Amino acid sequence: MKKQANAARRDFHTLGALILIFAALWIAQSAGALSYTARSMLIPVCCWCLMAISLNLTVGILGELSLGHAGFMSVGAFAGVSVCQLLRVWLGWSDLPALLLSLVAAALAAALVGLLIGLPVLRLRGDYLAIVTLAFGQIIMSVLGNLYFGLSDGSPVFSLIRPISYGESKVEIIRGPTGMTNLPKLTTFPLAFVVLLLCLIVIFNLIRSRTGRAIMALRDNRIAAESIGINVTANKLLVFSLSAAMAGMAGVLYTFNQGTVTASKFDYNQSIMVLVFVVLGGLGSMRGSLIAAALLTILSTLLNEFSSYRMLIYALVLIAVMLLTNNEAAKRRLASLIPRRKAVPLGERGKGGKENG
Amino acid sequence: MDRIVPVPSRNLMPERDLYKAPVLECINLGISFGGLKAVEDFNIALGPTEISGLIGPNGAGKTTVFNLLTKVYQPTTGTILLNGKDTHAMDTAAVSRAGIARTFQNIRLFGSLTVEENITVALNRQFSYSTLSGILRTPKFRREEKAAHERALELLSIFGMESLADVKAGSLPYGAQRRLEITRALATEPKVLLLDEPAAGMNPSETAELMENIRCIRDRFQIAVLLIEHDMNLVMNICEVIGVLNFGRIIAKGTPAQIQANPAVIEAYLGKGKEGKDENDSKN
Amino acid sequence: MAFLNNLINGISLGSIYAIIALGYTMVYGIAKMLNFAHGDVIMIGSYVCFFACTSGSLPPAVGVLLAVLVCTALGVLIERLAYRPLRQAVSLAVLITAIGMSYLLQSMAQILWSPNTKGFSSILEGNFSLAGGQIVVKYITILTIAACIVIMAALTAFTEKTKMGKAMRACSEDRGAAQLMGINVDTTISITFAIGSALAAIAGVLLCSAYPSLSPTTGSLPGIKAFTAAVFGGIGSIPGAFLGGLLLGVIEVLAQAYISTELSTAIVFLVLIVVLLVRPAGILGKSVQEKV
Repeated sequence: MKKQANAARRDFHTLGALILIFAALWIAQSAGALSYTARSMLIPVCCWCLMAISLNLTVGILGELSLGHAGFMSVGAFAGVSVCQLLRVWLGWSDLPALLLSLVAAALAAALVGLLIGLPVLRLRGDYLAIVTLAFGQIIMSVLGNLYFGLSDGSPVFSLIRPISYGESKVEIIRGPTGMTNLPKLTTFPLAFVVLLLCLIVIFNLIRSRTGRAIMALRDNRIAAESIGINVTANKLLVFSLSAAMAGMAGVLYTFNQGTVTASKFDYNQSIMVLVFVVLGGLGSMRGSLIAAALLTILSTLLNEFSSYRMLIYALVLIAVMLLTNNEAAKRRLASLIPRRKAVPLGERGKGGKENG
Repeated sequence: MDRIVPVPSRNLMPERDLYKAPVLECINLGISFGGLKAVEDFNIALGPTEISGLIGPNGAGKTTVFNLLTKVYQPTTGTILLNGKDTHAMDTAAVSRAGIARTFQNIRLFGSLTVEENITVALNRQFSYSTLSGILRTPKFRREEKAAHERALELLSIFGMESLADVKAGSLPYGAQRRLEITRALATEPKVLLLDEPAAGMNPSETAELMENIRCIRDRFQIAVLLIEHDMNLVMNICEVIGVLNFGRIIAKGTPAQIQANPAVIEAYLGKGKEGKDENDSKN
Repeated sequence: MAFLNNLINGISLGSIYAIIALGYTMVYGIAKMLNFAHGDVIMIGSYVCFFACTSGSLPPAVGVLLAVLVCTALGVLIERLAYRPLRQAVSLAVLITAIGMSYLLQSMAQILWSPNTKGFSSILEGNFSLAGGQIVVKYITILTIAACIVIMAALTAFTEKTKMGKAMRACSEDRGAAQLMGINVDTTISITFAIGSALAAIAGVLLCSAYPSLSPTTGSLPGIKAFTAAVFGGIGSIPGAFLGGLLLGVIEVLAQAYISTELSTAIVFLVLIVVLLVRPAGILGKSVQEKV
């Protein structure tokens, strides 16, 4: 119980620190003390943090490698934005209720797709699963990139591949490869933060419940987990759909901040970027995911000024961190430099050192 | 018209279990892997509180029998009756919930979970709260988690492991891992406990302690135990009935005394002729 | 006739995928890692050939040879610097490092050669027509298919007959046991990377000859598709990579021609998923059950 109490306390600290950081940033933002660059980063950082913790649920807690997480984000973005625009333009709802309902719609749509992708997951393992999730991500991207949706003479019209021939009055929402453009910037920093915080609480509570234990037992040893009566199918599908739902919400928040988004924005490079957050932050560690996602998002925005060297620096940081934290010799050298540092993010699986906080 | 009367089957059972229905019964159980019959015509009946042993040379199919009973493999022939109920349509998880628990030859713990979590994760019957009430932390969640914590400590006390509750299972020493695996199996509240080489890697004093513990577990939980073991001292001391498996078939069944005197068993273990080597002696 | 034309184009594209997939599958079989940077080695190879032929005005054959040499060295270097230190690490760490390596190669290409697309002139121009001009076949198409068959045959002979080939198979079966039998695992893995990267260079030149545009991201999508092809055929299996590559190319070209250009990639991946659902280890792969 002591250990569990410790774990719970660690969760609590993470949540507390997050709220403090938010409060500080919000006050600074309201007082106009933040630069333009800093302000523009607030919402994307929340979105990528949400993406990272939701992927960590699949990769770190369930232990299944997924290379298609951006696909869920785009399903959520396209479904949520469509719902929101319909509510606002068609039914005349005001912004906030429309946005909130669209978050729900995005979560449901992405969860449904997550469920669909979860089904083959039950049959496949390891690298085969990874490639299938990657394939699903690419399929979602090319379907959404060829989807047209809008209101023609007051009624909704769908079309795949061929652009819609609109009637007299038209509201274009999704325009194939051009995606969704000129959207109002509805997402606010407090809203994005609250969604992130709620999702984090859901994940923490899930992990510290019997369902979470069952999921982690499956990760550690599937055969033993089955032998004590844990239902593999139900648990895996639960994680896949929950993780997808959160990514879907991140998609809506992100899109209503960017104002313009195309399906090709959510390609496998984006999925891999989120995976990088998760791995650098430490598998199973939500706190690590948050830190890694925030730092790397900020780093990549700051490096924007040196655009041609941005990817080079990013790549070198990535390789260097992986080599330093996973090579035995380097690890020992690092440990001798910093005597009290433990918990190397990767490589703990099976050695029983995983943190779930 | 004649009255239908039960005929004594060739299965053996302790006298105290005689008038109770067997808790586990295998009828002509068999499996073949691509033509190779790994197990065939496997028949046993376990009394509700019986301790039985399954012995035989390496590769005889003992672990395969366990895998059949727990549906890790689907049998090609035969029937498994658990409390008289056919387990045909069940998968591994369902069999566990129906009352068969097992341990593994190569220990399979949840290494990154704590010792206590390894037990609570198996306490399926203790919990009725849903995933949602877990996420919402309802009073029911708190109540059941508290009860589970107490139950886990109670189970851990069987092997005196309460003080290890917060240790990661993966960092336990070998003997403790074996004991934890047995405790975890008990946490599912089984009717039948299958132990796959529980004494492997233990020294004689640890084995003696284990023997005592297995008996205690049977007495306390009133369950049947079926174990695979190469340690003849353990098998002959605690098993009431022993089945000998060779090349996938039961070649002998009986009390420890009968088995020790059975020529077919001696042949299976020592081989024909006088120059046979007892491979199991070198194993122990 | 249009169908036949499409089929030939499909086989040609499939041959390129197959050559790339062979590199993927060999590395995966032996190092048990997904070498994400493989696609970018293709791109480097194409650039080397491009500059040798344009700036250096060398004959195409020399350009190809140069590309092969540079890529072989590059492959061995990448393995030595980035992957070998992680031999004992978990596979996800190696995967992320490979992703980092892929970004690194792409960004270096961007800095050195600008992100703009360059027009790649085919190493072999000209075509001939069959059936009274109804079927037009480019010489490069024939060269591509021929190269694929030769490489496939040579690789099969190499792994079956030579000592090094046997060492490779031993390493892929059980690295620890191979080491105990006196096989130098590090050397074997280096040679595997060398072969895989040399193949990548050839594939790169053929790819850019067939689809004449070259940019720092040229290798990435074909790399992903070729990896898909390797999985499709059963990863770790050389005939599997060959078969998977060909099938993938043919499916892609036919889907483009008869279903939808826009959705051809989606269709390719959909077929992959369906195949994996029916055969979880790929067409020629062996599924290994965990021993209980």
